[in-house]
Parts: sequence; structure tokens; C-alpha cells
Amino acid sequence: MANQVDARGLSCPQPVILAKQAIGAGTFPVEILVDTVTSRENVRRLAERLGLGVRIEERGDCFALTLMKAE
Amino acid sequence: MLERITRFFASSPGIIIAGALIGIGGVALQQLGNPPNMGICAACFQRDIAGALGLHRASAVQYIRPEIIGFVLGALLAALLFREFRPRGGSAPLVRFVLGAFAMIGALAFLGCPWRAMFRLAGGDFNALTGIAGLALGIAGGVFFLARGYSLGRAQRMPASGGLVMPLAMVGLLLLLVLRPRFGDGGPIFFSEKGPGSMHAPLLVSIGVGLLVGFLAQRTRFCTMGAIRDVFLMRDTHLLRGVLALLAAAFVANLVLGKTDFGFSGQPISHTSHLWNFLGMALAGLAFALGGGCPGRQLFLSGEGDGDAGVFVLGMVTGAAFSHNFALAGNAGAVVDGAHRAGGLAAPGQVAVVLGLVACVLVGACMREK
Repeated sequence: MANQVDARGLSCPQPVILAKQAIGAGTFPVEILVDTVTSRENVRRLAERLGLGVRIEERGDCFALTLMKAE
Repeated sequence: MLERITRFFASSPGIIIAGALIGIGGVALQQLGNPPNMGICAACFQRDIAGALGLHRASAVQYIRPEIIGFVLGALLAALLFREFRPRGGSAPLVRFVLGAFAMIGALAFLGCPWRAMFRLAGGDFNALTGIAGLALGIAGGVFFLARGYSLGRAQRMPASGGLVMPLAMVGLLLLLVLRPRFGDGGPIFFSEKGPGSMHAPLLVSIGVGLLVGFLAQRTRFCTMGAIRDVFLMRDTHLLRGVLALLAAAFVANLVLGKTDFGFSGQPISHTSHLWNFLGMALAGLAFALGGGCPGRQLFLSGEGDGDAGVFVLGMVTGAAFSHNFALAGNAGAVVDGAHRAGGLAAPGQVAVVLGLVACVLVGACMREK
């Protein structure tokens, strides 16, 4: 996938900053990889506040959040 | 079921309830023996632990504070129970150590971390306002660097044993506290006979409140630095609600107990040197923002396996030792022979705070992910 952000291993709030930048770029869907529940919840909260749809998938050690423009 | 509890703690009511419980817990600790307006202070309490271990010899501030032990072990319990224990480390540990040391030097210039700033304000100590203003400025500085790509790099996964170092160290401290061994003449372990270090709630209460706070904070990600940072960075008031709930609950509890005393001078373990209260907390705020968490949050993270947060904690303990060995800490105002002596920050402390600000700005400017 072209629009993927790998935020694994980065600590709060960097995953959220990277997610925000990716959202700002405007190409959806955006996939964000994080590896802590804290980062997952923070990115989820950001997306919900911006009115985006979020799909969360657990992939082994990490979580993949797919952010989509809500129709 | 676990997922539903996780969602609750991540919600607004979750963080508000946690913040309020922490506020009430802190005032309860003050009522039961902890120093005034110091029910919970992550910085002061780590400083007391440094003193108890003989890393500094300021005889008034030496005690193995069970609250700190409870913070780490409570967070560990919560992380294990909710399967969030993730041993990790290796993200610029030495830089984090230095940030921790300067954060502590800044906090002790003010005489308290952001947690104590809230408890001081809740007791009516208006000097906390200058401190909180400085804290906000320091965090704004951290946000400035974060927005420009500041990063300490990625942490790596570690085996479980790597994440248990801080919790096991806390068990060791608990044993030293309970057994009080003497290894030779004059200590260690040192316990204050007078001064703030001699004032403490009963051990079981302290550790109980510590465990509860550690558990709640791990679940909610409660962070006094993150509260302000997220407002600047993302206009997000989620964590701020928790901190304001702490402040409100502690204030109401103080009112009920008749423990409020409004003003600047004559406040317990406090001084009225506004400039240095402001700059001390500006340094602490910048260092916490660059280190990714307030002193409490660093303890909770170290409980859930974050070795980098553990290094920050060790930096804070070392900073506390330097602070008292080199006379860098603020001097509390006091009544001497019936006259009020103002207290403040002596020249070495002023130099250290300025040096710390320079060092942290350099860290903020230079550290970027490649």
C-alpha cells in the first residue's frame, strides 16, 4: 500500500503526529502501524475527532489502523 | 470484557474519575502524614529515595517512599492483567537519562513536579501558578521541536526479563524499607528524623494508594505533561480533563478538611522567587515533553516494560542527588526566630537551571529520526 505510516517503536505522541501528517496529505485510505495500545487509542481518538472512519486490525505484535474518509 | 474496560478507561469519564481518585488519594495521604501539599509528588519522592540510599545527604529529605514503589508495581499489575506488558528499550537511553536529570533539577528549583504543583494549588499556594505557567511554556517548547521532527528514535522489543528490571528494583526498595538493614556505621539506609522526609503516611496506606494510582494511571495514560502538550499539539483536552479533575477533587477535599490557606508567602515547602519558580518548571516541562512523559508517567511506563522510561527515572534520581549535593534545589521559606525568611534559589541552582535549559534546547534541536 502506498500510503502507509510505520510508527512502530515510536513513543507518544509521534505516532499521532505522523498520522496527522499523513491525513493532511489527503490520500485515503491511510494505514498506520503502531505497536502499543496507547498509540492505537491515541490515533483512533485523533481519527474520530477528525470525523474519519477507523478499522483496526491486530497483526501479530502490532496494530494496523486503516483510516478512511467517512461517506 | 477486558476490551470494554479498556474502552471505559480511554474515555472521558474514565480519565476524569481516575484524576479525581488521584486527587482524593493525595489529600488523604497528606491527612495521614505525608508533608503538606505533598500528598503525591513524583519528583520529591524520588528525591527522598535518592536520599534514603545515601546518594545525597540532605538529612531532611530521606525516605523510601512507598508511593513510588506502588506506582511502578500498580502499573505492572495493570499491564499484565490487560496484556499490555511490552518489554522494550533502546531509544536514545543516554539522552533520556540527561533529560531526566535536568527535569529533576528544574522541578526541585520549584520544589515539586507537576503533580505537586496541582496539590500545592489545591491547598491555596499561589506560587504553583507561576510554576504551572513555566511548565506550560516548557511544554510549548517541546511541542515546537516535536512538530519539527524531533524524535529519540525507535525502541526495540526486548525479552520479558528486560522489562522487569524496574519492577524488581522496586521490590528491592520495598525490602530495604521493610527490613531497614544497616550495613555499617551511619547507614545506609537513611531515614529523616525531622523535615519533610520524616513525614509520611503509614506504609500500607502509602503503598495501597500508590498501587491504585499506578493501576489507574496505566489504564488511562494519565500524564500531567501530556495534558498540556496535547492541547498545544492537537487541541485535544482528553488528558487535561484528568488533571483538572485531580485539581478539583483535591481542592474540594482540602476545603472539606479545612486545609486551604490562600496566598504566596508562608506556604508549606515553597518559596516566592517567582522568576525561578517559573524557569525551574519551564526546564522541567521542556525535559518532560522531550522525554515523552511527566515523572509519574515515566514511572508507570517503566512498570509496563518501557526500559527507556526506566532510564529517565534513573536520570531523575541522579538529578535529585546532584541537586542536593551541589545545593541546586530551591530553599523553602521558613520562620526563623519569629521572622519570616523568604527562601528562593541560590546562585548554583540558577546556573544549573539555565544550563539545563540550554542542554534541553540543544537536545530538541539536534535529535531527529534519520
